[in-house]
Amino acid sequence: MGQIDPILLLASLMVASTPILFAAIGELIAERAGVLNLGVEGMMIIGAAAGFIAAYTTGNPWLGFFMAAVVGAALSMIFAVLTQLLLSNQVATGLALTLFGLGFASLLGQAYVGKSAPSFPDWHIPGLSEIPVVGPILFKHDPMVYVSLLLVIAVWFFLNRTRAGLILRAVGESHDSAHALGYKVVRVRMLAIAFGGACAGLGGAYLSLVRVPNWTEGITAGAGWIALAIVVFASWRPGRVLAGAYLFGGVAVLQLNLQAAGIAIPVEILSMSPYVITIVVLVIISSDRRRAAASAPASLGRVFHASS
Amino acid sequence: MKRRTLLTTTAAAAALATVGMPALAQDPTKVGFIYVGPKNDGGWSQHHHESALKMVEHFGDKVEFVFQESVPEGADAERAMTQMALSGADIIFTTSFGYMDPTINVAGRFPDVKFEHATGYKTAPNVTSYSARFYEGRAVMGHIAGRMTKTNKIAYIASFPIPEVIQGINSSYLHAKRANPDVEFSVVWLFTWFDPAKEADATQALIDQGNDFILAHTDSTAPLATMRASGKEVYGFGQAADMAEFGPAPRVSSIIDDWAPYYIERVQAVMDGTWETTETWDGIKDGMVGIGAFSEVIPADVRAEAQQMVDDIVSGAYHPFTGPINKQDGSPWLAEGEVATDGDLLGMGFYIEGLTGEIPS
Repeated sequence: MGQIDPILLLASLMVASTPILFAAIGELIAERAGVLNLGVEGMMIIGAAAGFIAAYTTGNPWLGFFMAAVVGAALSMIFAVLTQLLLSNQVATGLALTLFGLGFASLLGQAYVGKSAPSFPDWHIPGLSEIPVVGPILFKHDPMVYVSLLLVIAVWFFLNRTRAGLILRAVGESHDSAHALGYKVVRVRMLAIAFGGACAGLGGAYLSLVRVPNWTEGITAGAGWIALAIVVFASWRPGRVLAGAYLFGGVAVLQLNLQAAGIAIPVEILSMSPYVITIVVLVIISSDRRRAAASAPASLGRVFHASS
Repeated sequence: MKRRTLLTTTAAAAALATVGMPALAQDPTKVGFIYVGPKNDGGWSQHHHESALKMVEHFGDKVEFVFQESVPEGADAERAMTQMALSGADIIFTTSFGYMDPTINVAGRFPDVKFEHATGYKTAPNVTSYSARFYEGRAVMGHIAGRMTKTNKIAYIASFPIPEVIQGINSSYLHAKRANPDVEFSVVWLFTWFDPAKEADATQALIDQGNDFILAHTDSTAPLATMRASGKEVYGFGQAADMAEFGPAPRVSSIIDDWAPYYIERVQAVMDGTWETTETWDGIKDGMVGIGAFSEVIPADVRAEAQQMVDDIVSGAYHPFTGPINKQDGSPWLAEGEVATDGDLLGMGFYIEGLTGEIPS
C-alpha cells in the first residue's frame, strides 16, 4: 500500500472517469427527453476519430474537441431523423448507429494509427492549485476535466431550475400531453439527441486526445455501454451520474494500482470490482421504491407521432 | 428442422467442394483468418493481417483471402469459423489463444477443412497449432530493462493468465534480475487483449508508482503512447509490432512477430495436398520472432550485451530458461545448467522464485 500515492490516485481517477462522464451526461439529457439512444458507443468513437484527426492536422487540441462535438452531433442527427421523423424503432436504430460509428471511425482513422496527438497541457488554477493535497487532486487537470464538471452542474440547473428544462422533462414524461400543450415534441427531442451526440463525441475525443492519447481502432472498447448503464443506475439524475462515473473510473484505477502495488487480493475480484461496486452502490442509493419507479421518464423509447 | 437440414446440406456441399478443390488446379485455395482485434490495432492482429497479406502477395490469384476482425473469444468465434467453413474455406487460421476450444469444436464438424490455431496447445487430425517463442524476445527485453532501470522497478502489463504470457513474465523477470539483483518486478493483469483506455490507465498507475520500464503483453500502442505523454523517463518495448513510431524513446526495442513465411508454407502444403497436423514453435532463429532495432537511448555496452544474447539464442548456445531456477514456492525446477523442456514451457502455470503475487486462475 505504501507505494500508492493517494494524491496521484485521486487525480488519475478524475482523468479516467471523464470520458464516461461526458457520454453519460449527454445521454441523460436525451433520455430525459424520452429518447433511448443506444448509439452512444458509435458516437463516442466517431468523436474520438474526428477529434484526433482535427487536432493532429491543425495541431490544436481545442479544435479537435470542437470537431468531435460537431461530428458526434452530426452522427446523432442520422438517428434523430430516422427515429423522430421516420418513426423507426429507437433500439434498433441506436444499435445500428453504434455499428455504423465503429466502422466509419475505423475508416476515417486508417491513416492516423500510431500518430501522436498534440499535447494538451494541464491548467493549474492560480491560487487553488497551491492548496496542499486538495490542489493537486482537483485543480491541476487539463481543461476538459473542468468542462465536464461544469457541464454536470449546467445540466442539473437546466433540468431543475429552468423553464426549458421543465419542457424537456414534460416531453420525456408524456409526449402526448406536451404536444397538446403546444410544445414541439420532435424539435425538443432532436435538440436533446444532438446534445447527447455532442457530449458523446467529446467523451470519445477525451480518450484519443488525453487519456490514451493516440488513435487506435476500437479505442472506446465498450465505454459507451458503461455510460448507458450508469445513466440507468443513476436513475436519470445528473448528480448521481457524476457519482457513478467517478465511482466506476475510481475503482477501475484503484484496482490497477492495488495490483501494481502487489496487494494480496485475488486479481479476479479486483478486475470485476469496478462493475460490481458501481452497480451495487447506485442501486442502493436509488433503492427507494416509490421514487425509483417514478424516476424513469415515462415516455422513454416510445415513438411519437402528432396524429396518435 | 428445415433450417437444420439446410445447414447439413450446405455443410456437406461445402465439404464436397473442399474435397474436389485440389483436383481442380485453377481453382483458388480459399484461406480464412480470424482476428481477435481490429486488423490495424498497431500490434498483434495487425501483424497477423500483414503476414496474411504477404502470403496473398506471394500466391497472387492462386488464393482467395477472407478474414474477419474483432471476433470475441467464445461462442462468437465458433459462429465466425463455421460461417467461414461453410463459405468454402480450405484452411482457416484462428489467431488468438482463446479460439482454441472453438477451433477444436468447429474442426470436428468440418473434417475436410484445415484449421491452424495460434498460441494454443490442442491439436486434432485437421487442427495444427503454431506459436512463436516470444519468451526469447522477452529475455532480451528483460536484460535491457534490468541494466537500464534507475528506479529498480520494472512492471509487466499482462493480459490473460495463459502459458504464453506466464513464460513472458518469467523470462523478463529472470533476465532483469540477473542483470540487476535489486530489481523489483510487478505484474498487472488486465483480462483483455485490447482495451486502449484500460492499458493506458494501467501504464499510468505503474508510472505513478515509480516503474521506469514497462513491458506490455497487450495488443494496442496505448502503453507506449501513455509513456510518451507522461514526459517522464519511462521506457517500454514494441509488442508484436515494431512500433518504431514511438522511438527512439519510450520505445527502445521491440518483439516483432513475423508469421508470413509460416503462412506461405502452410498454404502451399494445402495446395500440394501435403498438409499434416504439426506443432510449430519457432523463435528468433527461424525468424518468427524478430527483435526490433535497439534505440540509441540504450547505452552501447548494454546494446552489445543484448545483441550477444540474441546471437547466442540463435546459435543455440543459450536457452533463456537455463537452470538453476526455482519455482516461486522455492521448490527446484531446473538444476544447474539444465534447460527447460518445451512441454514444461507450453504448459507453464507457475511463477519462478522471486516474483511476488499469485497467478490468477
